[in-house]
Amino acid sequence: MAEAHVKNHDYHLVDPSPWPFVGSISAFVTAVGAIMWMKTLAIGGLHAGPVLFGAGFIGILYTMFSWWGDVINEAEYKHDHTRVVQLSHRYGMIMFIASEVMFFVAWFWAYFDASLFANEAKQFARFEFTGGHWPPKGIEVFNPFHLPLLNTLILLTSGTTVTWAHHALLHNDRNGLKWGLILTVILGALFSVVQGYEYAHAHFAFKGSIYGSTFFMATGFHGFHVLIGTIFLLVCLIRALRGHFSPKQHLGFEFAAWYWHFVDVVWLFLFVAIYLWGSNWGAAAGVAAAH
Amino acid sequence: MATAAATAHDAHAHHPTGWRRWVLSTNHKDIGTMYLIFGLVAGLIGGALSIAMRLELQEPGLQYFTNPQTYNVFVTGHGLIMVFFLVMPTLIGGFGNWFVPIMIGAPDMAFPRMNNISFWLLPSSFALLLISLFVEGAPGSNGFGGGWTVYPPLSTSGHPGPALDFGILSLHIAGASSILGAINFITTILNMRAPGMTLHKMPLFAWGMLVTAFLLLLSLPVLAGAITMLLTDRNFGTTFFDPAGGGDPVLYQHLFWFFGHPEVYIMILPAFGIVSHIISTFSRKPIFGYLGMAYAMVAIGAVGFVVWAHHMYTAGLSLDTQRYFVFATMVIAVPTGVKVFSWIATMWGGSIRFTAPMTWAIGFIFLFTVGGVTGVVLANAGVDRQLHNTYYVVAHFHYVLSLGAVFGIFAAWYYWFPKMSGYVIPDWIGRLHFWIAFVGANLLFFPMHFTGLAGMPRHYVDYPDAFAGWNRISSIGSYIFALGLLVFFYGVFVAFSRKERAGDNPWGAGATTLEWTLSSPPPFHQFETLPRITGSDH
Repeated sequence: MAEAHVKNHDYHLVDPSPWPFVGSISAFVTAVGAIMWMKTLAIGGLHAGPVLFGAGFIGILYTMFSWWGDVINEAEYKHDHTRVVQLSHRYGMIMFIASEVMFFVAWFWAYFDASLFANEAKQFARFEFTGGHWPPKGIEVFNPFHLPLLNTLILLTSGTTVTWAHHALLHNDRNGLKWGLILTVILGALFSVVQGYEYAHAHFAFKGSIYGSTFFMATGFHGFHVLIGTIFLLVCLIRALRGHFSPKQHLGFEFAAWYWHFVDVVWLFLFVAIYLWGSNWGAAAGVAAAH
Repeated sequence: MATAAATAHDAHAHHPTGWRRWVLSTNHKDIGTMYLIFGLVAGLIGGALSIAMRLELQEPGLQYFTNPQTYNVFVTGHGLIMVFFLVMPTLIGGFGNWFVPIMIGAPDMAFPRMNNISFWLLPSSFALLLISLFVEGAPGSNGFGGGWTVYPPLSTSGHPGPALDFGILSLHIAGASSILGAINFITTILNMRAPGMTLHKMPLFAWGMLVTAFLLLLSLPVLAGAITMLLTDRNFGTTFFDPAGGGDPVLYQHLFWFFGHPEVYIMILPAFGIVSHIISTFSRKPIFGYLGMAYAMVAIGAVGFVVWAHHMYTAGLSLDTQRYFVFATMVIAVPTGVKVFSWIATMWGGSIRFTAPMTWAIGFIFLFTVGGVTGVVLANAGVDRQLHNTYYVVAHFHYVLSLGAVFGIFAAWYYWFPKMSGYVIPDWIGRLHFWIAFVGANLLFFPMHFTGLAGMPRHYVDYPDAFAGWNRISSIGSYIFALGLLVFFYGVFVAFSRKERAGDNPWGAGATTLEWTLSSPPPFHQFETLPRITGSDH
């Protein structure tokens, strides 16, 4: 009993950390800044919205950088991540992805509420807007077999390259790990570029229409998740180049891959529901193009 | 003794002190304490709003609220504060943090650092909500007055000012806090139970928290989506809820109640767990039908996800849809009945001691059952056509929440206070508090059944003279309940000024869960050697 703090278990009792508090203050500043910006509010004549928002957002990024930097340190150098702790992390990541799935449920719900019931007679205001069918009258949708299909193939290919990287890591083939990740990051970035190009050439607006609202918010939040996933994989690439990860322990990499597959699967649902079915399997887009 | 060793041990360890101990905390008990204090402060603010409402409603005509919209802002603030900043932080963040790891024999939560951001996001979120009370909402008046459900179009074109934007981002942050907390609880419970503690030996409070955490995890993101749509409808020109652009205001109601109904169980399931332990302890019997009790909570949680539209019977749903939701809602009465009867059966033939926590727990069972029965009444779409948005509904949900969840909070407080603080609150204070609160709360809420059946609508600052009598009684009841809080604080004051030490187990042989094997208060890090569960006790 003389020696202080004998720990006879494998759990990780984390050291005190400033990041939760810093992160929460940053979230507050970001929120206040966002509202002041949106509503063009002023404190003492000063339109501080964009500045506050920016400062808060930098605070959030700084928190993430420092917090996850600590986690990487604990994993790679302090060896705090025992088997049972790693299992906890797996549970945690699965639960996080489950909550993300439920977030997308809300957007799909909005989409199907509008598209499946576009002809509901008692919702006469909506009926008038949609013309009783989906896509609503006057909406010129994307041809699903054009850029959307290309993007589907890009994401599916990136799913294989990340699996390639994973297998290479398991066989301690560092070169394969490196190139697998580089290709995945490039494909992820390519997806975002194609999506951005597509957005810029949309024949329907974000504002004033349920088609634009559901389309841009659902695919937009997906695109945002693609960006997060790409950054996650990029961090893994940088870590791999620095010699992190071993064939036995590489949770950071695995979670990036899980997250990437989640993003991939959400896209497949978006592609089938919004691009394919939402254009009558391409017919609506074809008609629109013929005009 | 393992406990003595752990205590001796603790004295040697180096722990952060002063403000660092709290702000930088990675200790589940310290974080739990912060949650409890936060919940208490928020509860007093939310309670003060409700006293202001009762002062106004004590007499017909306008007394204090010269702007009736301000009254509705108070109603909304009261609802949001009590749900998100009193009940949830106290039951889940406070008692959950304190006792889930201890009851399952774990040294801390699975993610101690994430635990702390779950807490610290709450003051940020609460600050945003408080700011919303003081900035413009509806044209010409401050705050959002559309009720805690925030239905459009009142929440879109009805309140163009920034008040609701503060409210929406407040809910986003509170939601993030709860989702992170839920991930933490699920992981802790599934992965960190002591050797030998199978799920079927796990204490019922941990079961309640496990189900609660799943409900949070799966329902809150849908709310986040819904209020994000509100935010973009309000600020960026989308038309999710605007029929003129092809949108649908009822879509919001679906999304909200897909979260809102599980939320009801989120607030009550932890109290179910707590009451089970208290009833068992003071009947000196193991809980009757342990497995049934655990799976009843699982069933309530699961079925709770498919009954949401019973909040929307008057929103124009098809009759077939209404029929389904009537039936599904009534199904929940079955597992709830399993729980109520099992609590009674636990007491049956036990050697019952009517201590303060036991009194509160029995009060909980009675009052929750009253609220549950009126819930079955309201589940009928036909009946609800008449009662929707009347005071009958207000009476119903206050019986399950204000008298259910809040009595559960006080039961837990008197039960675990000696363990958490190491000091004793004289039992008579807890019992006096109970009787004042019991009389006050029933005077406050029972007459609302009558005014509601007579057709008095909620969310109005004034009412016809015919309702004056019962409203005066309700108001007097609320003052009596508030008086009880003075007794509550007196109890805390007595405990900390007399400093009468509580034993490791002040409740005797009936208290069998692991927290009673530790010192009072427990060491900074408990179970540095994990306990081994061998018996069949839960």
